[in-house]
Amino acid sequence: MPALEIVFYLFSAILLGSAISVVTVNNPVYAALFLVLSFFSAACIWMLLQAEFLAIVLVLVYVGAVMVLFLFVVMMLDVNVTPMTEGFARYLPIGLLMVAAMALQMFLVIWTRGLETLPMPPERPEDYSHTAELGRVLYTDYLYAFEIAAVLLLVAIIAAIALTHRRRPGTRYQDPSRQISVQRGERVRLVKMNADGEES
Amino acid sequence: MMEQLLTLVWTVTKIMAIVLPITIAVAYFTYFERKVIGYMQVRRGPNRVGPLGLLQPFADVFKMLFKEIIIPTNSNRFLFLLAPVLSLAPALTAWAVIPFNDWMVLANIDAGLLFVLALTSMGVYGILIGGWASNSKYALLGGLRSAAQTVSYEIAMGFALVGVVVLAGTLNLSGIVHAQSGSLFSWFWLPLLPLFVIYFISGVAETNRAPFDVAEGESEIVAGFHVEYSGSAFAVFFLAEYANMILISALAALLFLGGWLSPFQGVPILGDTWLGQGGIHWFLAKTAIFCFLYLWFRATFPRYRYDQIMRLGWKVFIPITIVWVMVAGVFRVLGWYGG
Repeated sequence: MPALEIVFYLFSAILLGSAISVVTVNNPVYAALFLVLSFFSAACIWMLLQAEFLAIVLVLVYVGAVMVLFLFVVMMLDVNVTPMTEGFARYLPIGLLMVAAMALQMFLVIWTRGLETLPMPPERPEDYSHTAELGRVLYTDYLYAFEIAAVLLLVAIIAAIALTHRRRPGTRYQDPSRQISVQRGERVRLVKMNADGEES
Repeated sequence: MMEQLLTLVWTVTKIMAIVLPITIAVAYFTYFERKVIGYMQVRRGPNRVGPLGLLQPFADVFKMLFKEIIIPTNSNRFLFLLAPVLSLAPALTAWAVIPFNDWMVLANIDAGLLFVLALTSMGVYGILIGGWASNSKYALLGGLRSAAQTVSYEIAMGFALVGVVVLAGTLNLSGIVHAQSGSLFSWFWLPLLPLFVIYFISGVAETNRAPFDVAEGESEIVAGFHVEYSGSAFAVFFLAEYANMILISALAALLFLGGWLSPFQGVPILGDTWLGQGGIHWFLAKTAIFCFLYLWFRATFPRYRYDQIMRLGWKVFIPITIVWVMVAGVFRVLGWYGG
């Protein structure tokens, strides 16, 4: 199917181009926007694999929530670009080493399995629901792994809150329940006064 | 090849058949808004251009199109002009999966509800980027406020939709409407009443409308994210906002009020007449109710304070939705609602 292939290569090109741009552009806001673009292209490629649930959830979670918060922070920062590029030559060998290690790992994962020896997955019938199937598998076969992942996330959330949420002395805050229970008599005092020129 | 070309032309025709009425609806929504708020404030609203002021929206559109687009100095020109497009595109794309009646839907995809949720959450990029690229502190503040608000209320909205999915057992929007078939009381507004209310309030917050319109907040930050926009660039933002409002209204009608189903379905005598038949007119009428609610809110409520918005979203709505999702699960297990 050449049409599908054209779409695949188009999105792959956009994905790779934007992923490279994330690390090469100087402006951090541009970098975040390129990351959004690469997530989006990845979602489109997943859509080609008929994994519509994963594709839409990728957009929903990463593009719709995570990257919005990223941009939120990045826009408020006043990042000075020059000091960031200074150590480039110094850290280059370490960076290259890590790239090589990751490439090797990916190579091993994909190569040793021998993708071409695996049988093609069977064509799904039209009423096949990936969402329902994924939910069924997650909550039956992989329940423990799923629960452990959920607990890990919970621990991370609690740790993040415990680390950042310190009670500072002298913080001012509003207590809405006290605010709404205020009566008129507590705030306003009507004073009877004589008008100008009136005899008392 | 010829066949593919025909499919393409046919699809584009269908897209136009959805987008053009939405554009017209947006134009008359603004007219309706000014009339409704006018009468609520005991005045008449626009009544000079055309009979009853009916041509007013077109006068506004032409005025807007012929105005100059001013690009602020030191702004980011590319992102500045991209932002309105980024906010309009998801607002219109989401309509692709909305079923207008039994068969009238552009793309009847399985994960339709997720698709809509993903697209509505992307609308915030236009606001955020527009606010940043304007190089104005008011615009930036408006953009940041809007981003924080959208992200917070999206969670409550998502949980409200989870309740719907639990009862309907499907993510397909047509399937959700079919699951509500029966009578007025088998629509999901009744078993999911708290979620219904929270969904619509979150929808109002997500579209940055009064009383949650701190992103624009005239009294504090002039006009918020679109303070530097003029002419047709502003018009595109405007179009996106109103298209999103109609979209949220349409979704509320589909998910909680039975979409195109007739309220007289199953009623002894009326149910057998034409009134008992479902159709696009019921869907449009239900959508119009929610559109009217938007205007009613705007004319009635004062703007929320920013910290109160955050409190309402995180501390009130999210706990209620989590509890009610479990209640919906109990309904489902007991077999009171849903398959």
